[in-house]
This record gives sequence, C-alpha cells and structure tokens, in this order.
Amino acid sequence: MASRTAQLRRASPAKTGLRSIRWRRHLIGYLFISPWIAGFALFTAFPMIYSLFLSFTKYDLLGPPEFVGFSNFERMVSDHLFLTALGNTAFYTLLAVPIQLLLALIMALLLNQKLRGINVFRTALYLPTVTPTVAFVVLFVYMYNPEFGIFNAILGWFGIPKVGWLTDPDLAKPAFIIMSLWHVGGQMVIFLAGLQAVPETLVEAASIDGAGKFRRFWHVTVPMISPVIFFNLVLGIIGSFQVFASAYIATNGGPKHATLFYVLWMYRHAFENFRMGYAATLGWVLLGVILLFTLIQFAVSRRWVYYEGEGT
Amino acid sequence: MPWLSQVSFQAREGTTRQRTLAAYVRIVVGQTFGYAALILVAVISLLPLVWMVSTSLKAFGREFLFPPQWFPNPIVFGNYLTAFETSNLARYFGNTLMIAVLATLGTVLSSSLVAFGFARLDFFGKRVLFIILLSTLMLPGIVTLVPTFVLFRTLGWIDTPLPLIVPWWFGGGAFGGAFFVFLIRQFMLQLPRELDEAALVDGASYFRIYWRIMLPLSKPALAASAIFSFIHHWNDFLNPLIFLNSEEWRTLALYLRFFLYTEVGGGAGLTRWNLMMAASVVMLIPVLVIFFSAQRYFIRGVALTGIAGR
Repeated sequence: MASRTAQLRRASPAKTGLRSIRWRRHLIGYLFISPWIAGFALFTAFPMIYSLFLSFTKYDLLGPPEFVGFSNFERMVSDHLFLTALGNTAFYTLLAVPIQLLLALIMALLLNQKLRGINVFRTALYLPTVTPTVAFVVLFVYMYNPEFGIFNAILGWFGIPKVGWLTDPDLAKPAFIIMSLWHVGGQMVIFLAGLQAVPETLVEAASIDGAGKFRRFWHVTVPMISPVIFFNLVLGIIGSFQVFASAYIATNGGPKHATLFYVLWMYRHAFENFRMGYAATLGWVLLGVILLFTLIQFAVSRRWVYYEGEGT
Repeated sequence: MPWLSQVSFQAREGTTRQRTLAAYVRIVVGQTFGYAALILVAVISLLPLVWMVSTSLKAFGREFLFPPQWFPNPIVFGNYLTAFETSNLARYFGNTLMIAVLATLGTVLSSSLVAFGFARLDFFGKRVLFIILLSTLMLPGIVTLVPTFVLFRTLGWIDTPLPLIVPWWFGGGAFGGAFFVFLIRQFMLQLPRELDEAALVDGASYFRIYWRIMLPLSKPALAASAIFSFIHHWNDFLNPLIFLNSEEWRTLALYLRFFLYTEVGGGAGLTRWNLMMAASVVMLIPVLVIFFSAQRYFIRGVALTGIAGR
C-alpha cells in the first residue's frame, strides 16, 4: 500500500494518462490469474457452499434436495459408527504421523552425510514413495497374507508364529501404519532440504563451545529445522485424517470395523447408499475436526517453532 | 575402495589438529557406520518393490509357497503376456495415460499463467488473494467430494474422463492444484526483474514476457510441476473411483483393485498374484521412467516447496 501512495504522489503531473495505465496493469494482473479465480469459484468455493447447503438436506440424487434442518447432525451424533470411524482415524493419525516424521527425519539425517554415492541411496529411499498407492496396497495385501505372506515368513525367522495382519482387529491398524512408512519420501526430502539449509558455521560454533554430537543436534539443528518439522506435521495430519484408499482396497473397513476410517465411512454413505446430504454433513464435520487440529498446532507452534529473523 | 580416498581427504581437511591414527580410525568407523545404516534402510525400503517384481516372474502356484520363494525359479516372463492377453490392460494403460497427460498439460499451462500474475504483476487485493490460494492447500479435499460429484452429474460428465481433466485447466483452482501455482511462483520470484523491465521498455506485452521470457527460464519449475502432476494423476485412485464406472474408461488403478476382488484374478480365495504383480509392474514402469529421467527436477521441486513452507 505504501508503494501505491508513493506512485500516486509521483504520478500527479499527468494524472489521467497514468491512471489509465495503472488501471490497465491491474486488469492485466487479473487477466493472468483469472483461470485460478474461475477455478477457485467453480471447484472450491461453490462446492463448499453447496456442500454446506446439502448438509441441511436429505438428498438421494433421485428427487431434489429436501430441507431437513439439523437432523443430519442429530443422526450423526447418535450414529454408533461415527465415534468408531472418528476414533479409528484419530488413532491412526496420532500414531502414524509422529512415526512417519521420525523415520523421515532419521532417513534425511542419514542422507545428509558427506559420503560418496549418496545419490544412489537417496533414490533408493525415495523410490517407494512414487509407487502408485493401489499397486502398493495390493502388494501389501499379498505380503500380509497369513498363509504365505512375506511378513509372516520374516516373523518366522525369529520364531514368532503366523499372525493375521489384516484379519486381527488389533493388528489391522498397526499394519496400515507400517504400510504408510514406505511413503514418507516427500517428508524425507523436505527434511533433507531443511538440514542442508542449516548454516555450518552455527554447528561449528557449537562444536567449538564444546557441545557434543547429540547436543549439537538437539540445540542447534532441531531449532533450525523446526519450521520444516512444523510444515510436515501440519500437512501430515491433514493428509492422514483423509486416509481412504488403503482401507478401501485392503480390508474394506474390516475386521470388525477396525479399519473403518472416516472417509471410507463417508464414501459409503455418499456413493454406495447415495445419502448425499448426510455425507456432506460428515464432510463438514471432518473439515471442522481437521481445522481444530491445525489451529491447535499453530497455537502451540509459537512455543517450539523458531523462525530466523524474528529475534526469539 | 573409493571411499577410503575420501576418508583421507576429510581427515586432512578436518579441523582436528593432529592427523593421528585415532582420528583416522574415528572417521573410518563413522563412515562405515553411516554406510551400514544407509544400506540397511535402503534394503528395507526397496524390499516391497523387489518382491513385486519377483512375484510377477513366478510360475503359477509358486507364489503360494511358504516359506516364500525369494527368487523365482523358473523365471516366467510370460506372465506379462498373460496379463495383457487376459484383460484389456492395454486399454486401461491408454486411458490412464490420456487422463494424466491432458491433466498435466492443463496444470502446467494454467498454473504458470497464474504464477506469473502473482510473481510479477501488481493488482488490487493480490496479497489477500494469494493468502486464499495458499489456504486452499490446507483444506482437506474431501469436503468437496460430494458437491463436485453432484456438479459433474448435473453436467452429465459422470463416466467420462472430463471431471478428471477439466478442473486442472483452471490454474490451480481445483483441489490441491494451488501447490503448482505456488511452486512455479516461488521459482519465478527469484528470476531477475531486470529481464521483464527491459522487455517492457522494448514494448513487449505482458503475455509476450510470460511466454517468451519467463516460461523458458522457469523450465526447472515447470518440469517439476509436470512430473508431480503426471505421477499424481497416474497414481490417483479416489477420483477415478468416483467419477468413472464403466469398463470403457477404467484406469490402471481401478483395474488393480477390480482384479483383487473379482473372478478375473481367481476370486478372493485364490488370487493370481503373479499376474496381479505383473499388472502392478506395468503400472509402475512409466512412473519409474519419469522418475529416473527427471530425478533432479523432482527432488528440487519437493525441496523448493518445503523450504517455502517456512
């Protein structure tokens, strides 16, 4: 805004001509971003508003949406699967994301060593992440097979009897968490970039002050990469709350609803039973839950995320 | 022992005062430990993919052995042929390719246009609009699943590839698309401003500056976006599942899931895992080709957006 007033002052002699030029510039700016504005209106803003409207209706796609007030919300609260689905998803998210981030950070630290041929390892660690989810899930269904799966074969090396990874309600969610650990390449690369941006002089200074390896890591590296940790944490939680494909393909919510994740449950209402109004309600409630988690993280982040140049 | 030469190099360069045997030993031990840890993690990381390829080459029946057969014996390349012969795999491959290519083309063209606007032009409310754009990155896409389905159904687009392509021609307005605008904008911001100013003085239009100067210079960011976009659409499962029903438009992701649950694959009881894995490898190959041929753009792209996340 300051630059605009400066421009105005400068432009006073030939006001009218320059003003039209300025107007043209604004117009050109809008012209360039117009695809996004149209796309945002059509595919984001409108669907969200429409979804909010639908959440107060009963809509089976056959007749027009029928206004029902808050009954979708009432129905959700008394739905015994609501807490199951939300609980499963929260359990999965709160366990999977920290493990994923820890693993990604360890892998990034390993890749941050000055060793020959490190690029080969970087590729090896990143490769599973680009594997199509469906191919990966199907592969894990095979590897988790209780009779001839590779996981039980490996357990066998340690004398552990065969287990039903995807058929035992207690093991199914951990099995999904294990599976998700092969897709942490994105977080790993972001950590790696963060680690490489840590100024070496800082680490050296700590070293001269007599800080050991662990203390250098904990008191220099971690604070320096805390914004990257925060970034991965926020996006990781948002992503994990929407876990769907793995459960839909591998277990279809079973055994005993142990992997009935929220989006899978919502998907069933929307696209198997065509309860569009109810599904829209469930979507908005999930948005609320995710938003709550994100806001809490932003509030807590002031205590532990260090931004360079802010002087704290 | 190529790494040994590096050991001595580091020992010479290091800040340690005395080049004693102890220092050498410490570095050798440190590097050996580093390599050992890396090798362990790399083996675990690649194990599933190796297992996928290994299974795809096994003779029928051998995939059910316990303990499992680590290396296929005999090696049956014919599984790949069978996978194509017993299904419309070629068609599904073509469908997936067409959707991924058209969506990617739209993403790169329209996102770069929008990115140029945000990086180089001034207009009212630019800051606010950009914050809105960024905040859509954090919105869970699941909220719009139901309403967009209703929207596309009203348009009569269900069971056509249009819902999977058209939204991506709207400069990141579709869910998750803002990522690409952000990535390209970050890259354009670091290009010298003198370039456009000189072109402006020479009387070039903004569109010409975008097309002839900024686009060629932003190639790394465009390449990264294209790769991300292609792999995203190639791998996508949820959207094809919702918007496509008929066999005519089936994608590879839908086919793999279909294979698992139907008689085609031998039924849930006796899935033909070797054929299934062959089809999976077929789906994986284009991704690998792109990944290996453009790896440097890929990793840089992730890093660019991650660092900008600060």
